[in-house]
Amino acid sequence: MSEIADNTAPLAPPVLISPKAPGVRLKVEQASFAYAATDRSAPKFTLGPTSFEAQQQELVAILGPNASGKSTLLGLLAGLARPLSGRIEVDGTEVSQLDLRTRAQRIALVQQESELLFPLRVWEYVLQGRYPYGRRLRFESAEDCLLAGNALAQVGADALRDRWMDQLSGGEKQRVILARALAQQPSLLLLDEPTQHLDIGGKVELLRRLRKLADDSRYTVLVVTHELNLAAEFCDRIVLLHKGKCLRVGTPAEVYERELLEEVFEAPLEVEMRAGGRPRVILRGNY
Amino acid sequence: MRPLTPRRIALICAGLCGVLFVAGVISLRLGAYPISVRDIVTTLFQGVIGRWDDIPGGFKSIVWEIRLPRIMLGILVGASLSTAGAGFQALLRNPLADPYVLGVSSGAALGAIISLIVAPHAAGAIQVAAFAGAAATIAAVYFLGRRGGQLDSATLLLAGIVAASFLSAIIMFLMTTLSGRDLRGMAFWLMGDLASQPSVNAGWLYLLLVIGAGSIYATSSDLNLILTGEQEARHLGVNVHRVKLVVYIAASMLTGLAVSVSGAIGYVGLLVPHLMRMMFGTDYRLLIPTSAIGGAILIVVADTVARTAVAPTELPVGAMTALVGAPVFIYLMRRRVR
Repeated sequence: MSEIADNTAPLAPPVLISPKAPGVRLKVEQASFAYAATDRSAPKFTLGPTSFEAQQQELVAILGPNASGKSTLLGLLAGLARPLSGRIEVDGTEVSQLDLRTRAQRIALVQQESELLFPLRVWEYVLQGRYPYGRRLRFESAEDCLLAGNALAQVGADALRDRWMDQLSGGEKQRVILARALAQQPSLLLLDEPTQHLDIGGKVELLRRLRKLADDSRYTVLVVTHELNLAAEFCDRIVLLHKGKCLRVGTPAEVYERELLEEVFEAPLEVEMRAGGRPRVILRGNY
Repeated sequence: MRPLTPRRIALICAGLCGVLFVAGVISLRLGAYPISVRDIVTTLFQGVIGRWDDIPGGFKSIVWEIRLPRIMLGILVGASLSTAGAGFQALLRNPLADPYVLGVSSGAALGAIISLIVAPHAAGAIQVAAFAGAAATIAAVYFLGRRGGQLDSATLLLAGIVAASFLSAIIMFLMTTLSGRDLRGMAFWLMGDLASQPSVNAGWLYLLLVIGAGSIYATSSDLNLILTGEQEARHLGVNVHRVKLVVYIAASMLTGLAVSVSGAIGYVGLLVPHLMRMMFGTDYRLLIPTSAIGGAILIVVADTVARTAVAPTELPVGAMTALVGAPVFIYLMRRRVR
C-alpha cells in the first residue's frame, strides 16, 4: 500500500468527499413499522408514522429511552426492513427499491461489531468496506487500497493499519469500524449507539469527529444515542422517539423542553439554555 | 497494506501442487513391491503419451492400476473434505465445525448399513445407498435448521448434531443384526479407508468435486464478510441467505461424495483449513484452494503411511488421520487460547 500511496499522493485528496449530489439527502415521510409475532396475532406497532428530513452536512441524533423504536427506525433507514407504510428516500430513491450493493454504496451502518471468528488486520477489515464496488471475487484494486487508507487517515487511525483487530482498545476499534463505513463512500452514515462502550473522552472525541465528517466531507450523519448533552452540543437536528411514536423533530433548542424530556425519560430533569442556543440537561437534585 | 492478488494465489497453489506431486511419487514408490523413482517417472510418462507396450508388465499394473488410482481417490477425498470443512466453518461461524458435524457421515453410514442388510451382494449398491443416505440427511437437517425461512447458524448446528446422534443410535441398533463379515465392512464406513475403488467412474466424482469446490470458491469473498458478522455482511451488500444456501448444499454434497467412496475419514476437514489459515491467513479466496490441495496432500501421506507402516497389514487411513490429527489439533487449540 505504501508504494501505491507514494506514487499517487499528490493527486489524491487527503480526505474522502462524499461525491453524491447536494441538498436533501434523506427524506422520511410517514414511515411506520409493525411487527407480528406470528401470522395470526395482531401486529404490534414498534414505530408509528415518522417524518423528517436530513440535509447534506447535517448531523442528526435519534434520541429516546430504551424500547422507544430507535433501532427500528435505524433499521428502516438502512433498508434492513421495509416500512409498513410511508416512504424513505435517500438521494431521491426509495431505500427499499435499491438492490443490496447499490444500497451499500449509499448507506453505511455502523453497529456494535460482532466478535471476530478468526484474527484480521485493521487494513483487511477496512478494505471490506470496498466490497459493494468490487467485481467477482473482489480482488481489491489500487484505488480500493487508496480509499481504505484515506478512510483510516480520516478517523486518525493511520498508525493502527497493521495491528490486529482483537488487540485494539474500545475507542480504537470504534474508529476502525467507522473507517470501514467511510470506505463505502456512502452519502448517509448511520451509527447505532456508537458511544455505548466509550469513556467520556472517547464519546466527546467521536461526536467531534462525526461533526467534522459532516462539515468537511459533506456526509449526512444519523446517530442513535443516549447522550442528551453531547447530542445537544454537536447535532443540528434531534428526532425524539417515545414508545414507538415520533414526538418531536427539530433543533436541540426546539426539542429540549423540560416537561417533554421528563415525561419521555421518566427522570427529574432541568434544561438550561446556554449561549449559542445549545441547551444542557442536568439531573435535578431532589430525586 | 498488501491485498491478495490472483498472482499470489496462483504461486502458493503451484507450490502446494509441487508438494502434492512429490508426495504422490513417494507414495507410488513405497509398497510391497518397491519401484525406483526413475522407473515410476518413465512408467508415468509412457502411460501419458500412450506407449503402453513399452512399460514392463508388472510396473504397469502396480503403478497405473493399483497405486495411482488409490492416490487419485485420496486426492479426491482429501480435497472434498477440506473444502467442505472450510465451508462449514464459515457457514456455521464456528471454528470447531467439520464436514461431519451436521450428520452427513452418519446418514451415509446408515445408508450403507441398510444396503448391507437388504442387498448384500449388489455391486455398487452400497455406494449409491451411502450417497442417498447423505443426501436425505442434508435435506432433513436443512428443514430442521431453518428459522424464519432462513438458515440460522446456531439452529442449523443444533439440528445437525441432533440428527447425527439420532442416526448413530439407529446404526448401533442395526449393527447388532449384522454378521461378523458385514461388521468388518461396517467398520470401513465408520472409520474410513481407501482400499476399495469405487465402482463409479472416477471422472464423474472429480466433476462433482470441481462443481462443489467451485461453488464454494465463487462465494469466497462473501464468506470473508460473513465471518466478520452476518449483519455487517448484509449491510455491505452480501446476499447472506443465498450464500449460505450455496455453501450448505455444496459443502454437504462434497462431504457426501467423500464419505460414499471412502467412509468417514476424520479430522482432515477440521484440521487442514486451520493449518492453512495459520500458514496463509484467513482470506477465503486463498483458503479454499490451499485447503483443497492441503487436504489432498494430507490424505495421500496418511494413506501411504497407513498401508506401509505395519505391512502387510493395512491400517485404516481414518484411524491414521485421527491418531495424528487429534494431538495436533489439541496443540493448535491450546496455542490459540494462549
